[in-house]
Amino acid sequence: MSLVNQFKNGLARSKTGFIGRLGKLFSSGEVNDEFYEELEEILISGDVGVETTLKLVGELKEDAKNLKYQEREQVKSLLLEKLTNLLTSGREEPVASEKPHVILLVGVNGSGKTTSAAKLANLYRTAGKNVLLVAGDTFRAAAIEQLEIWSERAGVELIKQQPGSDPSALFFDAMNSARARDIDVVIGDTAGRLHNKFNLMEELKKVYRVVGRCLEGAPHQVLLVVDATTGQNAVSQARSFNEALPVSGLILTKLDGTARGGIVISIGDSLGIPVRYIGTGEKMEDLAPFDPALFARALLET
Amino acid sequence: MFSNLADKLQNTLKQLRGKGKLSEKDVDTAMRQIKLALLEADVNFKVVKDFIASIRERAVGEEVMSSLTPGQQVVKIVNEEMTRLMGEKQSGLAYADKGPTAVMVVGLQGSGKTTTVVKLAAHLRRAGKNPLVVAADIYRPGAVKQLEVLSESIGEKCYSNEEADPVDICREGLELAGRDNYDPVIFDTAGRLHIDEDMMSEIAAIKKAVKPHEVLLVVDAMTGQDAVNAAASFNETVGLSGVILTKLDGDTRGGAALSVRAVTGCPVKFIGVGEKMEALEPFYPDRMASRILGMGDVLSLIEKAEASVDRDKAREMEQKLRKQQFTLDDFKEQLGQLRSMGSLEDIMNMIPGAGSIPKEVKQMSLNEDHFSRVEAIIGSMTKKEKQDPSILNSSRRRRIALGSGTKVQDVNRLLNQFGQMQKMFRQMGTLDKKGALKKLKKGKKGFPF
Repeated sequence: MSLVNQFKNGLARSKTGFIGRLGKLFSSGEVNDEFYEELEEILISGDVGVETTLKLVGELKEDAKNLKYQEREQVKSLLLEKLTNLLTSGREEPVASEKPHVILLVGVNGSGKTTSAAKLANLYRTAGKNVLLVAGDTFRAAAIEQLEIWSERAGVELIKQQPGSDPSALFFDAMNSARARDIDVVIGDTAGRLHNKFNLMEELKKVYRVVGRCLEGAPHQVLLVVDATTGQNAVSQARSFNEALPVSGLILTKLDGTARGGIVISIGDSLGIPVRYIGTGEKMEDLAPFDPALFARALLET
Repeated sequence: MFSNLADKLQNTLKQLRGKGKLSEKDVDTAMRQIKLALLEADVNFKVVKDFIASIRERAVGEEVMSSLTPGQQVVKIVNEEMTRLMGEKQSGLAYADKGPTAVMVVGLQGSGKTTTVVKLAAHLRRAGKNPLVVAADIYRPGAVKQLEVLSESIGEKCYSNEEADPVDICREGLELAGRDNYDPVIFDTAGRLHIDEDMMSEIAAIKKAVKPHEVLLVVDAMTGQDAVNAAASFNETVGLSGVILTKLDGDTRGGAALSVRAVTGCPVKFIGVGEKMEALEPFYPDRMASRILGMGDVLSLIEKAEASVDRDKAREMEQKLRKQQFTLDDFKEQLGQLRSMGSLEDIMNMIPGAGSIPKEVKQMSLNEDHFSRVEAIIGSMTKKEKQDPSILNSSRRRRIALGSGTKVQDVNRLLNQFGQMQKMFRQMGTLDKKGALKKLKKGKKGFPF
């Protein structure tokens, strides 16, 4: 299955809700206050957030007026453009100048870090890369076993230590081992932590520093894993994690449910952090690169 | 823009409160602010719409218009409706008349079921029960192991059987409980999407097999608008009896609680407030109502303080606050005590009217370095200076900066923060005079502004 199709399939279910309704709304009729109000509601109910929604719709109104748009179809194209722009901000993918390319997965509890780490490992392995998974969640009971099972399924190497051990020490080992084993991509899982826990965030900063000391420029990517069902708190998560260590992108998980993940638009708007991947199921293959234009189009398509 | 929505809301209500007569426009403005606050807190927009409609109806009705203080009346209505929506009072678990009570725990992936199951077992143990947990999540790699490790860590029995299917596992667990006198039995089911028909019929089958007395839906407090869809589906399929809200130790407002309660009619029974196994608490609707609206949670604050602050010292401090004799020395000591209570920002958010505290004051607690710097600065002051910071002229400030290894700017910033804090405590003092705090303590909850 092509990535594009996979992506579309992942969105298919939400289409019946959010996107289907948008399509209906946009189909015909005049552009009036009622139309904009309905539009606001649809965006808000997709977790885009009050602030971003009001801003978007406000701009949309203004622009549509200036352009003398009378048709809903015209306003639709305009909104599509705006959403795509918001989702495209800061999209350059950082690359490692020397091996290995190091990716760190961070996020709050239950967002799907461990599963995403496995899926990402699978994605790189399928692309012919030599991958090392790091079982960096040494806190949650059986998190190491969970990743171990995944790594066997994906056929990639795993480095682990005892439960409860210091994640920084583990990552130090992992970095050395990666170089010794000629690894192309290191994917580090970390323990879930709420972003307002000072000590846990300090622990994460330390992991980041240690990895950076082992290899200049590493970690090359810090991906924040966000559950698509999350509401406005995701903005607060993104802000706090980004203050602790530079978050280079998002993995939006659980898009196979009915949640629409509109919160990434708010995150893009307020912090300029792009979405890199979307998770669309429980299988190893259910991870696809994020395509902003496609995402925006899928949001508005009838 | 809306980061300080709570402020705006409080200001709006404050404005209403002062009015002897309310126009339709006054009510409209207030309703819009409340609507935004609720949406920002992730309350489902349909729930918000209904909620606002019912408040508006009452706000423009006889009850308010005939009142001498209509503004105050509206404020009261908002609070009443909010608490009503959350379920009036705290509700606990239902136990079986005879034989083991069966408790089924269900929810979406990553909502926190496994951790919650063990926390619940710990809670039941404290209540004098002899619980059994049953590992029915055979899908997620490591899930059974996670439950085993966690229950073992608190010395509770966990039943698992990786060969069987979930329905049989649950049946076996129930049999074991009957045989070995475990009661209640808690079933940890796999996380599932509410639109996954196969998986949903599986929990329906489990329910049929074990005939649970409680079916508890675990909901991540950070869930957004979609919370209602998931909750409604689970309720349709298995018929929920209650909700457990997890991860409330984050900075989420937890509007999901309102939404879920509104669509299922099921009370929130417990809340998860930390990673430790003891971190499961009964749920108090009125306190949650305050949190969602950003209006502070004085009761929780008082309890938190009582749990971690030295009682005598607290009384002494209270006297000082009342007489407004709060000095830099007290400030230093308070910082130390506050640190043991958690982040200052969390605590500040429980104080009514805390929305008006400048951001710098709120944020200063987040940085440990900052703490030690503050301690050093205050430590470099003379006794007289600490008693009366107004004598701190520029040469004194320079000396303090030198003595504490900081910059004059740091000293200035601290003094600024201290000044703001004093102002805040003065506000609280006034509140107290009006008896607002006392009233809250007695549980006659009014809006303390």
